[in-house]
Amino acid sequence: MSLPPTTRPDSGWRFDLTSIPLVNRILRWRPLQFTLVLITLGFFLLAILTAFFGTPAGNRNFSIIFVWIVWWALVIILLIPALGRGWCAICPIPAPGEWLQRQSFVHPRRRTLWTLGKRWPRRLKNIWIQNFAFLGVALFSAIILTRPLATGAVLLLFIVLALGLSLIYERRTFCRYVCPVGGFIGLYSMTAPIELRVKDVEVCRTHDTKECYLGNEQGFGCPWLVFPGSLTRNTYCGLCTECLKSCTMNNVAINLRPPGTDLLVAKGRRIDEAYKAFIMLGCALVYSAVLLGPWGVLKDAANFASLPTWLLYAASFLAFNLLVIPGLFFTATSASRQLSGLKQIKPKQYLIDYAYTLAPLGLAAWIAFSLGFVLVNISYALPVIADPFGWGWNLLGLRDVPWTPIVPAFVPYLQVPVLLAGLAFSIHTAWRITEEQARQRTLQAVLPIATFLTLTTLAFIWLYLG
Amino acid sequence: MASSRVTRSLAAAVATVALALAALVLPLPTGAAAAGAHEITLDARMFAFEPGRLRVNQGDRVTVILHSTDVVHGLYIDGYNVDIIAEPGRPAQATFTADKLGKFRYRCSVSCGAMHPFMIGELIVGPNIPFGRAVASLFIVAIGSIITLALRPITH
Repeated sequence: MSLPPTTRPDSGWRFDLTSIPLVNRILRWRPLQFTLVLITLGFFLLAILTAFFGTPAGNRNFSIIFVWIVWWALVIILLIPALGRGWCAICPIPAPGEWLQRQSFVHPRRRTLWTLGKRWPRRLKNIWIQNFAFLGVALFSAIILTRPLATGAVLLLFIVLALGLSLIYERRTFCRYVCPVGGFIGLYSMTAPIELRVKDVEVCRTHDTKECYLGNEQGFGCPWLVFPGSLTRNTYCGLCTECLKSCTMNNVAINLRPPGTDLLVAKGRRIDEAYKAFIMLGCALVYSAVLLGPWGVLKDAANFASLPTWLLYAASFLAFNLLVIPGLFFTATSASRQLSGLKQIKPKQYLIDYAYTLAPLGLAAWIAFSLGFVLVNISYALPVIADPFGWGWNLLGLRDVPWTPIVPAFVPYLQVPVLLAGLAFSIHTAWRITEEQARQRTLQAVLPIATFLTLTTLAFIWLYLG
Repeated sequence: MASSRVTRSLAAAVATVALALAALVLPLPTGAAAAGAHEITLDARMFAFEPGRLRVNQGDRVTVILHSTDVVHGLYIDGYNVDIIAEPGRPAQATFTADKLGKFRYRCSVSCGAMHPFMIGELIVGPNIPFGRAVASLFIVAIGSIITLALRPITH
């Protein structure tokens, strides 16, 4: 197990939240995660039941409204920007498999997990599966987002896959290498103002027992297959806090920090993560045009009006995300490389380094897109609480609450500041990446990247206001 | 030297935010175009309106006649007090004055099928000054961010 140098690769202030006694006590309380997962699992099971046995009318079915409006808004607008992978800590999908592996709900009872414990193949130890799984879900989004049966099938597939993989492979292999949602949460968690890190890397270096990774009576070994002592980015830390509980050296902290710190960490940058950034930005643009735009022909194609039009849509969708966006960004990074005179850095590495500048703008774009339909449709949540299956129940007397869009005409005035903040954050990241690598001609290096970011933001603004 | 760069960088950041906000909200004189009248027929089908985009000028008196070609559809226009329902063969109409500038989405307000929440069209009341303001803010933020960063002390 390799350890990084003792000097922090990142910079900026930190505030250790575990230094607050109450927070520390709550985070170390073993039943915390189980309790939260139990709540989300309850919603998740109700979503599956209503998807399969409720009304096929999406806006009257709990599964569609709670998964694609309430949960989605919670994750993309609140949890990721504030807590990074906070959702992963309470996600119910891997829970049954994890409980089965551990043969326990709360307390560690045995050192070995109930699984074949196979190692995930080396060539798949990346997020390409997550990239293509997300593209697959996104490609069928017009179906999945609007048909309860399709939503139910996807949720059930995820839970069966997570359970099956937990029986064969060690720990949370599903979350780490397969989950399409976890892939983009990992990317955007790098922008978060929170991190789990060790307080002193030197302590980990000299501490041989590595309970944080292997587990002990106080906590399970890291479910995400991460050694906390070598953590420099949030990407693959699920914030489950097991290491906080198991560390006998009291050397694990949950810090507040400057947002986006991880985007400047050069170690660990990879082409699969760069592609995640391209795919997420591309999908936000496509969704904004297809779902929120006025073009019936696009909606028909995405909605399987006919096979030939859908095939054309699918080919265009994949080409846009896998070729056009990366190609345009490659043009920008090539111009940047040319202008900065840094010919010694290979074009591919240059592309990868700067792809991380897309994370803040990408997250802002997803928030802006989500504001466009969440505020308009959130009022559907009340009737489906009263009547989750659409069977005519009237719990709490809320069934007949009418559809009431919330400030629909004001939504663009929320979207624009969010996009502009994302743009400024991304340009800042591009500048810092240039500086961190001690590159000369910073302005020349950043200008082509900033142009790409500005034109991309302009495209979103045109879709929302133009 | 470093502290003066910090001060200048901070000043640039504050100026960027102030200018971007000003571009978004400061009142502008708008030339009053002669108000006209429009009668627009809007066909609604699962899950789109035809035409998907309407363009009128500020002050125009607009009458929208909603025809439904398959199932019951509604027409709700964001920001305008318009909410009508048409059944197949029974059109509905509403008249309003387009007194607010910008882009407003119109949506089906009656659950009409799977893609109902995304049955959306766009009413553009010109001149589309809000879009112009947003674009101006965009370039202010882009250029201002670069100036702010160029002025700050180099960090390695």
